[in-house]
Amino acid sequence: MLLEIKDLHASVGGNEILKGVDLSVNEGEVHAIMGPNGSGKSTLAHVLAGRPGYEVTKGQVLYKGQNLLAMSPEIRAREGIFLAFQYPVEIPGVSNVYFLKNAVNAIRKHRGEPELDAMDFLKLTREKAKLVDIDEDLIKRPVNEGFSGGEKKRNEIFQMAVLNPTLAILDETDSGLDIDALRTVASGVNQLRSPKRSMIVVTHYQRLLNYIVPDFLHVLVDGRIALSGGKELALELEEKGYAWVEKEPPAPRLGARV
Amino acid sequence: MEAIARENDLYNASLAGFEQARLDGEPAWLSELRRDAFARFTALGFPTTKEEAWRYTSVAPIAKRPFRPAAKESARLSRRPLPVPLPGGEGARFVFVNGRPAPELSRGSFGAGVVVTLREALRDRPEAVEAHLGRIAGFEKSAFTALNTAFLEDGAFILLPKDTVVEEPVHLVFLSAAGSEPVVSHTRVLVVAEANSQAKIIETYVGDSAYFTNAVTEIVCGDGAVVEHYKVQREGPLAFHVQTIQAAQERGSRFDSHNLCLGAALARTDINVLFQAEGGECSLNGLFVTAGAQHVDNHTLIDHARPHCTSRELYKGILDGKSRGVFHGKIVVRPDAQKTDAIQTNKNLLLSREALVNSTPALEILADDVKCRHGSTIGQLDASALFYLRARGLGEAEARAMLTYGFAADLTSRIRVPWIREEAEAFLGRSLARPSEAS
Repeated sequence: MLLEIKDLHASVGGNEILKGVDLSVNEGEVHAIMGPNGSGKSTLAHVLAGRPGYEVTKGQVLYKGQNLLAMSPEIRAREGIFLAFQYPVEIPGVSNVYFLKNAVNAIRKHRGEPELDAMDFLKLTREKAKLVDIDEDLIKRPVNEGFSGGEKKRNEIFQMAVLNPTLAILDETDSGLDIDALRTVASGVNQLRSPKRSMIVVTHYQRLLNYIVPDFLHVLVDGRIALSGGKELALELEEKGYAWVEKEPPAPRLGARV
Repeated sequence: MEAIARENDLYNASLAGFEQARLDGEPAWLSELRRDAFARFTALGFPTTKEEAWRYTSVAPIAKRPFRPAAKESARLSRRPLPVPLPGGEGARFVFVNGRPAPELSRGSFGAGVVVTLREALRDRPEAVEAHLGRIAGFEKSAFTALNTAFLEDGAFILLPKDTVVEEPVHLVFLSAAGSEPVVSHTRVLVVAEANSQAKIIETYVGDSAYFTNAVTEIVCGDGAVVEHYKVQREGPLAFHVQTIQAAQERGSRFDSHNLCLGAALARTDINVLFQAEGGECSLNGLFVTAGAQHVDNHTLIDHARPHCTSRELYKGILDGKSRGVFHGKIVVRPDAQKTDAIQTNKNLLLSREALVNSTPALEILADDVKCRHGSTIGQLDASALFYLRARGLGEAEARAMLTYGFAADLTSRIRVPWIREEAEAFLGRSLARPSEAS
């Protein structure tokens, strides 16, 4: 088991958002987490990445059998966790390549691998840039500064490709994308699917799951996973809306593993 | 006030030294200039925090200490190992030690530019010196400029003849090194850029002991001249530094100033630009980086006295520890300076809870057909950006350093002398790679 979340409670600014989340992710699995606004989807993503200010009040998270919650955000990243941000941050004055080269080498150093030199790094970025069809000029520009919404999301997936994580958490990577950009981003993600990489795909809309087809789907309602099932659950949700789950949680479906 | 008044007596007592400063066979006009300057200093006294221009900067530490005239120390210094390496890589340089020329440390030449000591210029081109010295940087309102003028002994004289382009940057290095006692040196630079001449002029200030540098630089930009001026001030934690840089711009001239304040216990720089003819352009770029108990004060004044002039100003401060920063930027647009185009920006980054910056942008517009903007911000490192970098595997200290480096990047990228840009970036990297002094 790669990730094991048990009875996770978390608060932000004194408000309890997660109220007992249980979730298990095996190697190579893709789990989708859906849920209405305010249900705690993004909070879960940020708690897993270690965002300061997100306070875990109860429960535990094991990652590769280790206590994830005791690790700083950078150690989590170096151990292979990657969060694709819903709102990627602009970093004026720092070029994408400079930032990413330092990140890659921080991770390699942690793993006891030799650091990449400028040439090797350039080769790596060129290869990965094709994956999400990202312009080389964009890679040289300051991180996300002046990028369109689609460019920012593509840049997230590009970074994911370069950093080669074991567990990728995509936080509403589809939000604000037109259909063409969504296809490009989803295609990049799909090419990164591998038996050695697990993914948690957080989304509000079922649309993304037409392109990134999950192995499992969970519905988060009011800080708990109210329903789990296979990918077909997405269609049912699309049809009946979240109210269906919110009112009266249906029994667990076949294929669900809680 | 009384304490300060007493301190002035200390300088009055060194009147004998003032008389000694007189150069052998110096022209009568210079003796007169010194006397006037000394009288003016005596009347003004050291500024106090009751004066608007010195509201946030107390010079009591300078006024209180018995800084001795430095000149006598200089000869000895050049024979022993230097206290700090001289900056500037392999390029030509003109070195001063405690305000005195040090030919044995200087090297190379500056092509078509005339770069000589002020003494040599007084001997060989007295009329060129007399036409400008003390006339660009007046001492009526500035005690430190008055003091410098009164005690002026030597310095650099740079003449860019008409239509010449000096490719090699003219690099002046001012190294201070005290012996057993704290010393003061009154360094002086006069730059005369004749019509359509062009050059880069660099002043670097280095040293690592207790001393006081009181520098004055006067720059004349003739018609169509282009002068790029760099001040790189990197002094030790015991150093006191005061400088006034005054530029006078003629028709269609361009003056670019890059002011890097990277050290000293107390540093105050005044950069003043006067557009005295139409069509001039200037840019004032400043970066100050402080930590510990350092105090850095930058005052700028851009005087749009004539129409159709353009000024761009960007100053950024990065403050850590308990350090203090001051930015005061004034833009004056005189009544007939129509079509003035002026933009001024000051941004400050506080890296600790105890760092403090006072930012005062001031516009005084007396013409009606102008474009003027100014803005000032004070902030901290963005927590979301910090998390973003850490979530990619960068350590907290490294992430802070990267954001801070990014904050300064628009200034460092404008530096067109490679070794200065590299040194500024290396300095940012070194001083920022350590954990912040934030609690």
